[in-house]
Amino acid sequence: MEELKKLAKELLENKTVAAVIGYQQVDDKRTKPIIVTTPEDASKLVFNEYCLNNLAVYLTKARIKNLAKQNGTTLKLGIVAKPCDIHAIVALIQESQLKREDVYIIGMNCHGVVKDYGMDFSGETLATKCTPCDSHKPLYSDSNLGEVKDTPKVSDEVLEKIQAVEKMSHKERFEYFKKEFDKCIKCYACRAACPLCYCQRCITDKTVPRWVESSPHSRGNFSWNVVRAFHLSGRCIGCGECERACPMDIPLSLLNRRMTETAKQAFAYVSGRSLDTPTLVGSYDVKDSDELFM
Amino acid sequence: MSDKNWEPKIVAFVCNWCTYTGADLAGTSRLKYPTNVKLIRVMCSGGIDPVFILKAFERGADGILVSGCHPNDCHYNAGNFHARRRWTFFDELLEYLGVEKGRLQFSWVSASEGKKFVDVVSKVVNDVKEMGPFKSYDELNSEFMTKFPDMPEIDKNMIIKEEEAV
Repeated sequence: MEELKKLAKELLENKTVAAVIGYQQVDDKRTKPIIVTTPEDASKLVFNEYCLNNLAVYLTKARIKNLAKQNGTTLKLGIVAKPCDIHAIVALIQESQLKREDVYIIGMNCHGVVKDYGMDFSGETLATKCTPCDSHKPLYSDSNLGEVKDTPKVSDEVLEKIQAVEKMSHKERFEYFKKEFDKCIKCYACRAACPLCYCQRCITDKTVPRWVESSPHSRGNFSWNVVRAFHLSGRCIGCGECERACPMDIPLSLLNRRMTETAKQAFAYVSGRSLDTPTLVGSYDVKDSDELFM
Repeated sequence: MSDKNWEPKIVAFVCNWCTYTGADLAGTSRLKYPTNVKLIRVMCSGGIDPVFILKAFERGADGILVSGCHPNDCHYNAGNFHARRRWTFFDELLEYLGVEKGRLQFSWVSASEGKKFVDVVSKVVNDVKEMGPFKSYDELNSEFMTKFPDMPEIDKNMIIKEEEAV
């Protein structure tokens, strides 16, 4: 922890970065995002199992990008990132939303985070996204901090749920998802929390023609959730922020994880893992499977 | 199938350069194919946004066909390759959400394959006939109608009516 504070202070003093996006302790078992712009404030930064937010979402916001523009030059933006958050940063760089040289990644070694604030860290309270996680060390980083600890071993809850859904008949599945989507109040918190939902103007906000009905009824809810899941297919890095942000507890990870599995099986691709490869849906291969087509 | 006289409503999104021309050839060659299908011409299969499909289901389609040029034959070189990746995901997603596999079908039909177009359309119509009306989405629609009885006339008119289908 001390090394994080020291590093952030140095970076801000040397004018390497314009700001450090990180976590601030609120109470014992809760943190909140903080954007540190002065060396004095660097002492507020923390990193622990309660750092749930995926801070990569801030990197695409114009307000925060403008912080980096100082006296006619552009400084870097520093970000405290868990290995999974770094996948999101990599995906953003792959999709040309960000330049690698514009961001200073303080990569933290991570052994998992809790499901929600206020819980003690243990196997039972481990966030569902952390159970299948295989990256406890950052793939890309400018400095790598933190100790490496063992992650508690628990079964993969989301995958089990997906398998249970797939055992249902089509009609049951439709009913199941209709019931879940019916809870949706169209607050678009899932969209706001997602680091990869960066469109300036979302398709749901387009009114002429109105493709996705924005009033909260089954039909519009179904469209919105299908469109959201589809637009993240092959792109989702599995940070689970959409589900955590959802006030109605819609199991969005059931959709995202399922599409991630499709990307793995059909194209052997995992999003946000390499800066050198093009994105999956932004590229093509003439040798892709033709099975679907008559 | 509940009603013997029921005919499915099929919407086909076809690309201008291959499948639409292929359908034209089927017509000029006087080949017969089911009249359940409504063709919607788009410039490229890569330009068919999946929201078109959702909208068609919302408007009462029982089955949907998406068709474009064969791989390597795209008028825009790579449109259908991009489409192929995207449809792989969309097809999986809809099936996972409970839409039967045959409701949404894909094909490559070139401008010279009038006969193949007839075969493809017949297959889709037969498949959907076997599955019956798309009840799941009908529920969403009827719920919408009861919740919003004063919906603008124009929107009501856009739902394909039974008698118009055949």
